[in-house]
Amino acid sequence: MAKEKIPRQKMPEQRPEDRRRNFQEVPFGYTPELAQLEASRCIMCKKPKCIEGCPVEINIPAFVALIKSGDFIGAAKKIKEANALPAICGRVCPQEEQCEVKCVIGIKNDPVAIGRLERFAADFERLNSQIEPPPLPSFTGKKAAIVGCGPAGLTVAGELAKLGHKVTIFEALHQPGGVLIYGIPEFRLPKAIVEAEVDYVKKLGVEIVYNAVIGRFQTVDELLSEGYDSVFLGTGAGLPYFMNIPGENLNGVYSANEYLTRSNLMKAYRFPEYDTPIAVSKKVAVLGGGNVAMDSARTALRLGADEVSIVYRRSRTEMPARVEEVHHAEEEGIQFQLLTNPVEILGDDQGWVKSMRCIRMELGEPDASGRRRPVPLKGSEFEMEVDTVVVSIGNGANPLVPQTTPGLNTNKWGNIIADEKTAATSKPGVFAGGDIVIGAATVILAMGAGKIAARAMHRFMMGIPEPSESEAQGMASSKS
Amino acid sequence: MNEIIYKKVLAESVKELRVVAPRIAKARKAGQFVIVRANETGERIPLTIADADPKAGTLTLIFQEVGKSTLLLGSLEVGDSIQDVVGPLGKPTHVEEFGTVVCMGGGIGVAPMHPIAKAMKAAGNKVIAIIGARNKDLLIMEDRMKAASTELHVSTDDGTYGVHGFVTTILQSIIDSGEKINLVVAIGPVPMMNASCKLTAKFDLPTVVSLNPIMVDGTGMCGACRVTVGGKTRFVCVDGPEFDGHQVDFVELVKRQRAYLKQEDQSRQEFLQHPDKRCFETAT
Ligand SMILES: Cc1cc2nc3c(=O)[nH]c(=O)nc-3n(C[C@H](O)[C@H](O)[C@H](O)COP(=O)(O)OP(=O)(O)OC[C@H]3O[C@@H](n4cnc5c(N)ncnc54)[C@H](O)[C@@H]3O)c2cc1C
Ligand code: SF4
Ligand code: FES
Repeated sequence: MAKEKIPRQKMPEQRPEDRRRNFQEVPFGYTPELAQLEASRCIMCKKPKCIEGCPVEINIPAFVALIKSGDFIGAAKKIKEANALPAICGRVCPQEEQCEVKCVIGIKNDPVAIGRLERFAADFERLNSQIEPPPLPSFTGKKAAIVGCGPAGLTVAGELAKLGHKVTIFEALHQPGGVLIYGIPEFRLPKAIVEAEVDYVKKLGVEIVYNAVIGRFQTVDELLSEGYDSVFLGTGAGLPYFMNIPGENLNGVYSANEYLTRSNLMKAYRFPEYDTPIAVSKKVAVLGGGNVAMDSARTALRLGADEVSIVYRRSRTEMPARVEEVHHAEEEGIQFQLLTNPVEILGDDQGWVKSMRCIRMELGEPDASGRRRPVPLKGSEFEMEVDTVVVSIGNGANPLVPQTTPGLNTNKWGNIIADEKTAATSKPGVFAGGDIVIGAATVILAMGAGKIAARAMHRFMMGIPEPSESEAQGMASSKS
Repeated sequence: MNEIIYKKVLAESVKELRVVAPRIAKARKAGQFVIVRANETGERIPLTIADADPKAGTLTLIFQEVGKSTLLLGSLEVGDSIQDVVGPLGKPTHVEEFGTVVCMGGGIGVAPMHPIAKAMKAAGNKVIAIIGARNKDLLIMEDRMKAASTELHVSTDDGTYGVHGFVTTILQSIIDSGEKINLVVAIGPVPMMNASCKLTAKFDLPTVVSLNPIMVDGTGMCGACRVTVGGKTRFVCVDGPEFDGHQVDFVELVKRQRAYLKQEDQSRQEFLQHPDKRCFETAT
């Protein structure tokens, strides 16, 4: 078939040798011609497998068809029926394990580049049309408070505003976006895009209160007693884990959260124009193998480090980072010390990191998670010369809200317990979703949880009973 | 945006600002702090709440101009606004009727001590306040501390006012006098807190200190503020700022506070050399 001869179209991007020292976005995105060519690879399956892989069930063949026909804004609108933040998801979703892994073209060839097409449509719409909010229904008389302005909170806020509720978001930081603003770097997700999405939510009438640390500034109970009819908790997974090895409090050792927050939120990469400093490093070790580790390593490079290594205790196949990000990191010259575990960080007499002692690992029997457990190789210890260490081994749940909210139950890891179908917590009128419930996960899952919560909060505030099991199933099947 | 409605120079390079922040003024308790960001390009720095007026909806912030961020704050005038004020952060001081509480404030540490002394006194304690500074001109809040305590002692390092010596000199003589002390609270520069804790440890006096490491978010998200207390890593912004002084690793704290000395100096120099850019330089 002629169609299959067209290869998966690459996205033009900055050359590695250029981009490794700047903070501009790495890919330039498809041109309309490339997008149409790529879209023409889709065979418009009758029973599209790709939709099954999408956590929010975007009608993929429909939007791809619109791109093929040249109706790019129509394509963006089609995506937005299911996903309010396509410019963000097109950039950060792990499509290779969601929609694209299911694409039938992928059986023999490379799958349709769904993520790149999503990104193209969203960017085209943003740059070429006035995005106007839909006409809003009249005010229901109900008010909702959203705690946390990350993807989960923004989704709930947008959905509830579209249903006619008055919505206020309370955000601890001085800017909106959660991890999208403080965590994911500019070169992967330009902040102007996050701002555009937040502006859209504001156009829907949502008010955002910054510098509002709920639990301290105001408690959840105070929100409920001060006129909010329901509360959504989308506070994210913001409690950095450390390795608990000697030397971790030396100067030059950062959590990835701190390192990325300094650079992204506080713009330390533009010091001294911006006042927040960050370590000026020569040799950086980043501990961990996830997206956050890749972001930290690539940030270190752009901040001017000579040598940056990812130190990960398992092998490449177990690395949780997106394949594309690992590939990008490698192209930029990041080194990988795999099957390696740090045991101690050593410092000089001024309290600065000077090296790190590591041990080599090998993969043993599978553990509870099914992954082969790394075991230390006796006698393989060695020292790495480093002046900066970024610990990027995951985040736990921030206890501030649970600690100050009587009646709100958490599990043994401190995550808030919420019903999968309704996002309801143990406290009446209080709902929760995103990383604070499921642990550090993905943007799209946080948004999915936000949608579920918005529906349930709407019912709760309006006194509409929950649908029965059979009704709920009817709704689900009528969607596709 | 939080408007400044009052400004006073308390001593050379020590400034007092009263800013509008009604929610925080209402919610805050003794021992808590705020994080402020002076302007769009500013960094986030923690400042203890020296006092609050819930009726007027204002907070009193007292700080010493050391680096660019505090110089910038100090250059703001009545009618100007601080871009961001976040709080109240940290755990409040544990206040109850202990009996006799010694409240020691060294240098700028008198400011955070003030609300604690006030709260301790209101809870029925005998509050012996000891405040000190390098010299007479640098001593702050003497009147307010007098009102907040049962008895007030003053020391200066150079003897220009009060007892010639350190706050610990006075503490030693109070201990020697046989006064029964139930709790000591010490706030000030790290060497002062360290010396106070060494002294109280000898007499087994429970001692609370309030720590001031470098911070970024102030909500437990980044770990910049970590310190070692009793051999364990704690986050000052959420687990503190107050800790058992006998357990704190002060040596590590001092080193961590000095992490950005070079950059701080660069910022400070540029700020002082470009007085025209003082206030709200806008970034491009
Ligand atoms: C560096 C990094 C890279 C990542 N890369 C990807 C990627 O490529 N793809 C992907 O899908 N996912 C990625 N993730 C994960 C993804 O960003 C998160 O899963 C997602 O942001 C979770 O959304 P959320 O709304 O639950 O929480 P968050 O985005 O964490 O937002 C929570 C918000 O709540 C605020 N908050 C917290 N406590 C309070 C309080 N007490 N009061 C008021 N506000 C509060 C926080 O300040 C924050 O703004 C990455 C994460 C990081 C850290
Ligand atoms: S599975 Fe692939 S080919 Fe089929 S509709 Fe989805 S994107 Fe198109
Ligand atoms: S300042 Fe970030 S965790 Fe304390």
